[in-house]
Amino acid sequence: MNPDQTSPQTPTTTIRARRGAWLPSLREVWEARELLGFLTWRDMKVRYKQAVLGIAWALLVPFLKMVVFSIVFGRLAGIDSEGYPYAIFMYAGLLPWQFFSEALTRSGQSIVSGANVITKVYFPRLILPIASIGAGLIDFVISFAVLGGVMAYFGFAPGLQILLVIPFTLLTLLAALSIGILVSALNTAYRDFRYILPFAVQLLMFLTPVIYSVSILPERFRWILWINPLTGIIDGFRYAILGRPISWEPLAISAGTILVILFTGLVVFRRTERYFADIV
Amino acid sequence: MTTAIRVEGLGKRYTIGHTKEAYRTMRDALAQSALAPIRRIRNFGRASYRAEDTIWALKDASFEVQEGEVLGVIGANGAGKSTLLKILTRITEPTEGHAELRGRVGSLLEVGTGFHPELTGRENIFLSGAVLGLSRNEILRKYDEIVEFSGVEKFLDTPVKRYSSGMKVRLGFSVAAHLEPEILLIDEVLAVGDAAFQRKCIGKMSDVTRTGRTVLFVSHNMNAISRLCERVILLDEGCIKLDGEAEQGIQTYLGFHTQRRGLYEAGRDRGNGPEILDRVELVDERGRTIEADYSNASEFEVRIAIRLEDPEPSGYLSVSVRDRQGIPVLFTDLRDSLEQGLPAGRSEYAVRFPAQLLASGEYTFTIGTSGVAKVARGALQNVVSICLRDFTSTRGEHRLGYFGARLSWTREDA
Repeated sequence: MNPDQTSPQTPTTTIRARRGAWLPSLREVWEARELLGFLTWRDMKVRYKQAVLGIAWALLVPFLKMVVFSIVFGRLAGIDSEGYPYAIFMYAGLLPWQFFSEALTRSGQSIVSGANVITKVYFPRLILPIASIGAGLIDFVISFAVLGGVMAYFGFAPGLQILLVIPFTLLTLLAALSIGILVSALNTAYRDFRYILPFAVQLLMFLTPVIYSVSILPERFRWILWINPLTGIIDGFRYAILGRPISWEPLAISAGTILVILFTGLVVFRRTERYFADIV
Repeated sequence: MTTAIRVEGLGKRYTIGHTKEAYRTMRDALAQSALAPIRRIRNFGRASYRAEDTIWALKDASFEVQEGEVLGVIGANGAGKSTLLKILTRITEPTEGHAELRGRVGSLLEVGTGFHPELTGRENIFLSGAVLGLSRNEILRKYDEIVEFSGVEKFLDTPVKRYSSGMKVRLGFSVAAHLEPEILLIDEVLAVGDAAFQRKCIGKMSDVTRTGRTVLFVSHNMNAISRLCERVILLDEGCIKLDGEAEQGIQTYLGFHTQRRGLYEAGRDRGNGPEILDRVELVDERGRTIEADYSNASEFEVRIAIRLEDPEPSGYLSVSVRDRQGIPVLFTDLRDSLEQGLPAGRSEYAVRFPAQLLASGEYTFTIGTSGVAKVARGALQNVVSICLRDFTSTRGEHRLGYFGARLSWTREDA
């Protein structure tokens, strides 16, 4: 399927039944990176085009969430925030979570919502779930601005480790992408998956230390949370933003989980990919 | 000359279950995999799947296209044209066989692929161009040309959702027309837009074919096929029935290949499938099958025998008449004069074509069934044909158009 270099000027496309590849061709994706850029740009554009309030919404939603969560979980439920202001503590977890869940939902839907293009033209299908991850980045940056405001309000200055936010964000992106690829394929093959997804995402939020800290669990059960790739990431964010001490072990486990999911996702994607146009 | 496209033994099998049900659900899949071991024990020793649950949309197709050649692909609905195109464009993978395309491939299965309604015309040019495989630089280079060809300059900053359908089609085609691959695969896109734009499209298409590009062109429009292609392949029920000169292929498709046929009987040339149309016959005033040329001054009948297992109260038969080019001339169905649907068992119908209804010329008849649940084949395309001659009027064979009626002329000043 890859254009092979029999002669430099004429690329040759070979089409055959049951090509044995286990993984989607990443080289094809690389060759189509311009299209990837255009599709990401489209999603961003469309997202902020319709609503005049586009940017305002992106500011308002995380802010309101933070206020409500702080009151409900911080004040009423009295969840322990290890001595940090609960609002910042919780928001440092909410930030990556929000980005993750939205990116996951969008990329999970990407193949089904791209049905009309998929049945009309060929391009590496993997581009669709990847492109739909990017649009959430703008929201993420805006939410980060909200965090700046809140930190100023509490008079909380971050240390140099704040720069680690960048690699942690990339890790969040990778987590959303790996699950998104898996879900987008399953979503296409099994349409009732669509009903499971929002529920699963919501459930996952409570299995992730967003509004609480891993320390509320006894030591010997904590590993259960560590399997969740978001646990390590959120710990990382809390370290970067709050300077809260971090243990690298859960982070390594999270990264490992992400790689396993990514690989599984790619294999499943490849297996379903060849039928996308027939079943979507 | 070198070969641009080589196709060998290409085939695609669909499971009917998949296409019938709108989609699979995870719940079913889980239930099935839970039941699978039980079923395997029960079906022990039997064939793993039943052949009737699958359909070969394309079977054992082999052909070659030389560089610079324009190949037309024709055939009735469901003959496998689109499947062939979808495999060659890599939209879907074949079940068997392989194909090789030498050169950059561009495909055009729809006008306006990749358009997003919220984005402006300008933005959509870039988006659609990228989806169709143009690089950013290519789009920038051809941008002005694209805009000019589309004729929607004034609305470039308007979201496409506010475009009329004609404008959308024009913009979409303009982007597509500026693809410059070595191999171009096209499906039926010319059947859009108003007549003037269609002419423009065909013009652009013949420009494309003259630049030495290899083109594979799928269409129902015999007019366009005969203008653009030298060679055609004719598909019938997934198989290549004919591979040859365009004119010959078109005539075969339209049912003019050997002599004119006034009689069709099921089972004579089509073996498999639960046949429900038993017999179609063109008969003259005395009830004899029409074999030779026939005078348009006499009436004739189309007689259809149909066989059904169960009554179909809302089912009906239709007859459509086409000319030599495949252009529809006349359509009628049972409900024009009968009220009941189709009964069970064998029934016979006659449709009377009055004298002088049609002008001289060759016509083919397509018999269709609608509203019938268990039909393997929805229509018999061009099953019978007739050659009408005008021996009786002064105008004779030179009457323009499709109507044979002689109208009354009176002199008003006498």
